[in-house]
Amino acid sequence: MAECHPVGFQWVMEARLRGAKVFHIDPRFSRTSAVADRYLPIRAGTDIVLLGALINHVLSNELYFRDYVLAYTNAATLVSERFQDTEDLDGLFSGFDPETRRYDPSSWAYEGDEEATTDEMREGGATHAEAAGSDSYGARGAGASARPPTDPTLRHPRCVLQVLKRHFARYTPEMVDELCGIAPEDFAELAEAITANSGRERTTAWVYSVGWTQHSVGVQYIRASAILQLLLGNMGRPGGGIMALRGHASIQGSTDIPTLFNLLPGYLAMPHAHRHEDLADYLEREGAGTGYWGNRRSYLVSLLKAWWGDAATEDNDFCFDYLPRLTGDHGHYTTVMGQIDGTVKGYFVIGENPAVGSANGRAQRMGLANLDWLVVRDLTLVETATFWKDGPELETGEMRTGDIATEVFFLPAASHVEKEGTFTNTQRLLQWREKALDPPGDCRSDLWFYYHLGKRIRRRLGDDEIDRPMTELTWDYPEEGQYREPSAEAVLREINGTGPDGRALSSYRELAPDGSTRCGCWIYCGVYADEVNQAARRMPGNRQSWVAPEWGWAWPANRRILYNRASADPDGRPWSERKAYVWWDADRGEWTGHDVPDFDLRKPPDYQPPEGARAEAALSGTDPFIMQSDGKGWLYVPSGLSDGPMPAHYEPHESPVLNTLYGRQANPTRRIYDRPENPYNPPGAARFPYVFTTSRLTEHHTAGGMSRTLAYLAELQPELFCEVSPQLAAEVGLVNGGWATIVTSRTAIECRVLVTDRVRPLRVQRQIIHQVVVPYHWGHEGLVTGDVVNDLLPVVLDPNVYIQESKVCTCAVLPGRRPRGQALLDLIEEYRHG
Amino acid sequence: MADGGWISRWPVFRQLQGEDGRRDAARSARTDALRPRTEQADTVARSVCPYCAVGCGQLVYVKDGKVTQIEGDPDSPISRGRLCPKGSASKQLVTHPGRRTEVLYRRPYGTEWERLDLETAMDMIADRVVRTRRETWQQTHEGKEVRRTTGIAGLGGATLDNEENYLMKKLYTALGAIQVENQARI
Repeated sequence: MAECHPVGFQWVMEARLRGAKVFHIDPRFSRTSAVADRYLPIRAGTDIVLLGALINHVLSNELYFRDYVLAYTNAATLVSERFQDTEDLDGLFSGFDPETRRYDPSSWAYEGDEEATTDEMREGGATHAEAAGSDSYGARGAGASARPPTDPTLRHPRCVLQVLKRHFARYTPEMVDELCGIAPEDFAELAEAITANSGRERTTAWVYSVGWTQHSVGVQYIRASAILQLLLGNMGRPGGGIMALRGHASIQGSTDIPTLFNLLPGYLAMPHAHRHEDLADYLEREGAGTGYWGNRRSYLVSLLKAWWGDAATEDNDFCFDYLPRLTGDHGHYTTVMGQIDGTVKGYFVIGENPAVGSANGRAQRMGLANLDWLVVRDLTLVETATFWKDGPELETGEMRTGDIATEVFFLPAASHVEKEGTFTNTQRLLQWREKALDPPGDCRSDLWFYYHLGKRIRRRLGDDEIDRPMTELTWDYPEEGQYREPSAEAVLREINGTGPDGRALSSYRELAPDGSTRCGCWIYCGVYADEVNQAARRMPGNRQSWVAPEWGWAWPANRRILYNRASADPDGRPWSERKAYVWWDADRGEWTGHDVPDFDLRKPPDYQPPEGARAEAALSGTDPFIMQSDGKGWLYVPSGLSDGPMPAHYEPHESPVLNTLYGRQANPTRRIYDRPENPYNPPGAARFPYVFTTSRLTEHHTAGGMSRTLAYLAELQPELFCEVSPQLAAEVGLVNGGWATIVTSRTAIECRVLVTDRVRPLRVQRQIIHQVVVPYHWGHEGLVTGDVVNDLLPVVLDPNVYIQESKVCTCAVLPGRRPRGQALLDLIEEYRHG
Repeated sequence: MADGGWISRWPVFRQLQGEDGRRDAARSARTDALRPRTEQADTVARSVCPYCAVGCGQLVYVKDGKVTQIEGDPDSPISRGRLCPKGSASKQLVTHPGRRTEVLYRRPYGTEWERLDLETAMDMIADRVVRTRRETWQQTHEGKEVRRTTGIAGLGGATLDNEENYLMKKLYTALGAIQVENQARI
């Protein structure tokens, strides 16, 4: 965090000054490790073993926050008697089909829910999973029963708490030692610290980044953390939570208002051809009728009205059929394979650089070279724009410029100061940026580009039926200034939504299911409340409370901590004075506190839902997790995930270590691309003995397009290097300051060698495991250049969200520079086949 | 500052006398007269750092139509005026000489970039979208209505504004383009 989010890290340091203990768990010793109380090096790819052992420690020593767990989680809920655990099936859950390598999750259901889950089009089912359906849960869990059977004594062998206990029993400190390389005494110190600092008076926070997401079990890493935090009562409370530190200025915004294949704005799923033939199907199959997701008709119909205006009517399903349908995986890597196969003809790359930033860069560039046309919009000529001129495949002779048919348009972009608009930061906070000046030359905002491109396309279309979604689209924004820039405020106002009177809405609670409201993204409704751009608010931090509610605007409803009803006990009183945040004011009959309560303001703690209640009315006064169908924090996930209801440790797809927890080496449902462009290091191949992981540096930004081009930053970090331990350097013959060549089945790269004690060899299963750490910011453009590190990586995906396993694979290391031209191809060929 | 004639006040002299050159002995009449260029700005825009997702506040100073400085915004409760090395370098991000300001075009099998007028480029891109969409249109797939094209894909969004992502998703969806992705997948 100190390395990649340094200014955010000042708050960790503030907490440390006030007595917080900071642990840093990372394969790499970074600037964070340097100032933490304890640094625990870990073998990349084994975090579930560590987190599972912490869960086991909490459960077997009865250290969980019982009052919280009983009231606010599904610990007491009974699971179907058809469910079988990894304990019963040696590393598999019930329902696995070895032919398709997919789960039928119906046996994971709550007791009594099994019948409801026999529909093969249900959430979590194969069709849902094939289109990354699990990834739509940015704002909820899958649908399940609102009032499943429970055992409040927590003794029933099939209640979630007991299921968890059995499942995690084999996650012991000895396993942590054996698989993670973390000694039992270090584990004990960590376990003691997090349990001593959780409960009524104290909270513990977990912070992660792509070190957790970029794995073939990435979603289950975060699930493991969620289980631990729920058991310790650390969710919805100040100083608690699980914080995802995201890497780009508005990567949170681009997930909320998604340029993602499987989502519509506000975590509404993109419709699927088989699961969602019409609006009624869609509403039936996307979540339950209870909890806030029960209002999804209002969210979706308001979106359709925002997009198709008066053309969207009750009679035509509000133009639901204008939405194109998914039939499976249309994600980034499948799209690249489609480019190589020739089905994808045209490609827009906007402020992104996949030729450097995505796994298996060679496959990326092969895809680019097989397009009809490519549009790149960026501040500089990034590698994705110039692959045809100076890509690595030209040097090896695999491509020739004169053979590449791709037509390339490079359009220069406006910078962040030359346009106005909002970024959503990593804490869901929208901040409006004022425009400082007009962009130079041909530079334009992406708002300008897409708006004027849309206008041009509309002029070229006729009255053909397939063109109606375009010709009837609401696409008329006020134009401003010499370049006819569309008004970003008008777009933000459309995102916020308007009521029947045409005035801006104040809250998503005002959205209606009948088409009388319009709203481009329901979770952002309120950002333009009272016709005021709330994201532009700039009350100085020192003139308001520590929650700072008048700086920018956080979705939803300007809440700064989600699910904050859980910061009070079931009776609505703060768990402790020290941790008071939101509480029930019985005299006024409403919730109040330091933040906007994440709860129905006037729903008292003793509210019990009447029979047949729907949406939020179906949740009781003690159900804080209001997006869930049962209002509970899910320790166990009865549906919606494609690789199991609980986390289980599997080794990375490429690993030098045997999984001794189960008879399954890697995640059985991981997505692999078995294609010649994407060769894998063979399992157990001794010629790839080392663990390889990538990292980032403070002075550079992701694929380098915004940092390698700047003299200041290029000077601070001028050259690609690998960090290796003195022991590995001696084993391979590497010299500090010299050159190393790193080899995988994909390619070989060269980099400078940094021999340092910061990288510690780990003792794992009575052998020494070396890890090689390489920052991935370089490419062949910019002021400082270097080989593309991500070219080393294979494409293997998490089966829930289709993120690639780029934080761990295996490699070989050789002293000296890599060969050039055909000799490089010969070297890789030799390593591929052994 | 020391009393006496100009020589005794001369920074070089004072530093030779052993005073710390990083403190008062660095001052001269000229340095005392220097003013920060931020004071001379015509306008100051309240902005946000474009690098990571912390969302540090920035103040963008403009004079005579040029960005003269970008500094941390002390009012921000997130960053309290601080910026990291990347955020501190963001004036260079906006003004550096390697930044491209003209449209470039590489024709099929071409060996060099060519210049292209922005309006022409926009028309050419619109033509290609319409043509490719037509040629790759899928009305049905495995017997189901899909109304889409898998011939046009997009990547990018995490570095852009919410308003931009919104128009992108809206336009792509109306066109029937479904392979729309960004860094959040990566």
